[in-house]
Amino acid sequence: MKTVHEDGATEERQLVTDAPPELQSPIDWALRTDRLPHIWCPGCGIGTAVVAFVEAVKEAGISLDNLSVVSGIGCTGRVAGYLDCDSFHTTHGRAIPFATGLHAANPELKVVVFSGDGDLTAIGGNHLIHAARRNVDITVICVNNFVYGMTGGQGGPTTQTGAKTSTTPFGNIDQPFNLARLAEGAGATYVSRWTVLDLGRLRRSMVEALTHRGFSFVEVVSPCPVYYGRRNRLGEAVDELRYYRENTLVVPAASVDEVDIGELGGEIKVGRFVDIEKPTLEERIAGLALELAPESKSTGGHDG
Amino acid sequence: MGKSPALSGVHFMLGDVAVAEGAIAAGCTFFGGYPITPSTEVAERMALRLPQIGGIFMQMEDELASIAAVLGASWGGRKSMTATSGPGFSLMMESIGLAVMTETPAVICNVQRGAPSTGLPTLVAQGDMMQARWGSHGHYQIIALVPWSPQECFDLTVRAFNLAERYRTPVLIMADAEVAHLTERVVIPPAGEIEIWPRKRPTLPPGPGALDLDETLVAPMPAAGEGYRLMVESLTHDDRGYPDTTATTHRQLVQRLNDKIYRDRFALYDQVERVIDDAEVVVVSYGISARISARAVEIARARGIKAGLLRLRTVWPFPEERIGELSKRLAGFVVAELNLGQVSREVERVAVDGCSVATCGNAGGDILHPKEILEAIIAVDQGLAPSRSSKLARV
Repeated sequence: MKTVHEDGATEERQLVTDAPPELQSPIDWALRTDRLPHIWCPGCGIGTAVVAFVEAVKEAGISLDNLSVVSGIGCTGRVAGYLDCDSFHTTHGRAIPFATGLHAANPELKVVVFSGDGDLTAIGGNHLIHAARRNVDITVICVNNFVYGMTGGQGGPTTQTGAKTSTTPFGNIDQPFNLARLAEGAGATYVSRWTVLDLGRLRRSMVEALTHRGFSFVEVVSPCPVYYGRRNRLGEAVDELRYYRENTLVVPAASVDEVDIGELGGEIKVGRFVDIEKPTLEERIAGLALELAPESKSTGGHDG
Repeated sequence: MGKSPALSGVHFMLGDVAVAEGAIAAGCTFFGGYPITPSTEVAERMALRLPQIGGIFMQMEDELASIAAVLGASWGGRKSMTATSGPGFSLMMESIGLAVMTETPAVICNVQRGAPSTGLPTLVAQGDMMQARWGSHGHYQIIALVPWSPQECFDLTVRAFNLAERYRTPVLIMADAEVAHLTERVVIPPAGEIEIWPRKRPTLPPGPGALDLDETLVAPMPAAGEGYRLMVESLTHDDRGYPDTTATTHRQLVQRLNDKIYRDRFALYDQVERVIDDAEVVVVSYGISARISARAVEIARARGIKAGLLRLRTVWPFPEERIGELSKRLAGFVVAELNLGQVSREVERVAVDGCSVATCGNAGGDILHPKEILEAIIAVDQGLAPSRSSKLARV
């Protein structure tokens, strides 16, 4: 692809779609390939989360024309813009209420929030719990890499106790959120956690979340080798994945109280923690409208 | 639904309620809000009305969420609004910028109260006028309308929606606690007689050129789910929405966002002038202060002073050409507003040297008295108020 800049300079860049078939990715069909290469660092897990997501969208039979992905700000906040669907790159922390308004306005849409732990649980934490409380029929995919990557590796609400970041140079003295417990406590009706190493289970969980009726929350534990791994001597990305392999415990029916990942170097419990049915916000809105409709008042209700 | 959801006829109506009814008449079907005095009645009215007419009322967890939900709903294809007051308006500022940047139609009503901070929750002020103009970061144009009565709360809310859709931009209704809490006669025309400007929709199916800009500098706006694969981007972006964080693209984008509104400013200006033709002193005012100014001008005229009133219904963009032109022949302006000089700074900016500009205001809490404005008129008339050039000389 040739880009001509304002000053007349031209830039030649090979599109991924122009690449020979063996270099094309099986998820290209869902990407804005003319925006590649992406901004993520080598070893980052966000791309893997995107692969799982695109495959899940396909498996769940969701049309890209009907899919809206809303992101906030941060590394994961860039996901929406790479997907070839209706994509919204909003302000820091506000992806969930934006998505709530979008889906309430048109419940026929499949609306997904794809953002990071800092965006969704620090600056946007209030919106997370209220969307869960309302059981808004949207899916939230939260890539948790324990750190603010975009701004250079600062600590946040998921940073593990004792972990070093650029703003916790002596080790984090705070205790992090257990996001699964937070989401469950606030009323989320589907909650799961997987690491990017376990692509199969992650994809399957995303399919469940996408087809779940109500507020679904998928936490994706992901390495940030550049900022979190290096500072905490977790090795290269591949070492972090090895760590996931050796220290991840799939718990089929654990209570969310028991799945803290607050200890650096500790065990990471993963699994599907919550999967229940409750009336959604959209159903309640529609129910109220039906109840208030003039026809239902005059005829004593609908029967068909 | 067979019959129109909008009211019509003659009503005895609260200003806040008239904002809500104006919104419904304009086709608003989404309200996201958070309770805050003195705007709460807008939300309460919407909570009562919208679910009955196929609309959606959402009480959000805060004003950050309210404005975000409003923008989301706008992309969901609904005309959307929120209403708030000072503290909530401050919280909404970032997403007002998002609406500007992503060209998302939305209406935000700010019922102004005494400030800074929590200030005077129940008492009037007009201290957010410059915040309305410049409150979100960056250089942008904003459209802000100011009603002086419940009737105008209705009329200008309809206009706010029309302008938001035409220019794909947030539009502010800068009411004040006094006007919003007045109950007066409001005449609502039959629905078919209210002019409604629809959203500019794409005429081409999804594909190349469908969302291209035309000479209006406003691109067509599909809703999510219509197959256009929208790229709605808060970063600096090109015409496709693709992020392009270069100085060149940034300047082009910001220039266009400014131009699409500023170059149409003559269509946006909306002021009502009274006895101005022979006037030597003109009171510039808006909202509740303009009602008091009207009385002050009457008294001045009765005393033989050639006073006139220029009442702003659109404050932003500011009618700089008209004020500048008047300044060439006037002894001066009195700017009557419930702050310590905000719109008066604009008048000073555009008035020629030698034309005096006196601010008649207070920090809020109570409305002006006609006597205060009259005294300012007399001072300007007698050449006792400082001219712009003499003020500059003092600095």
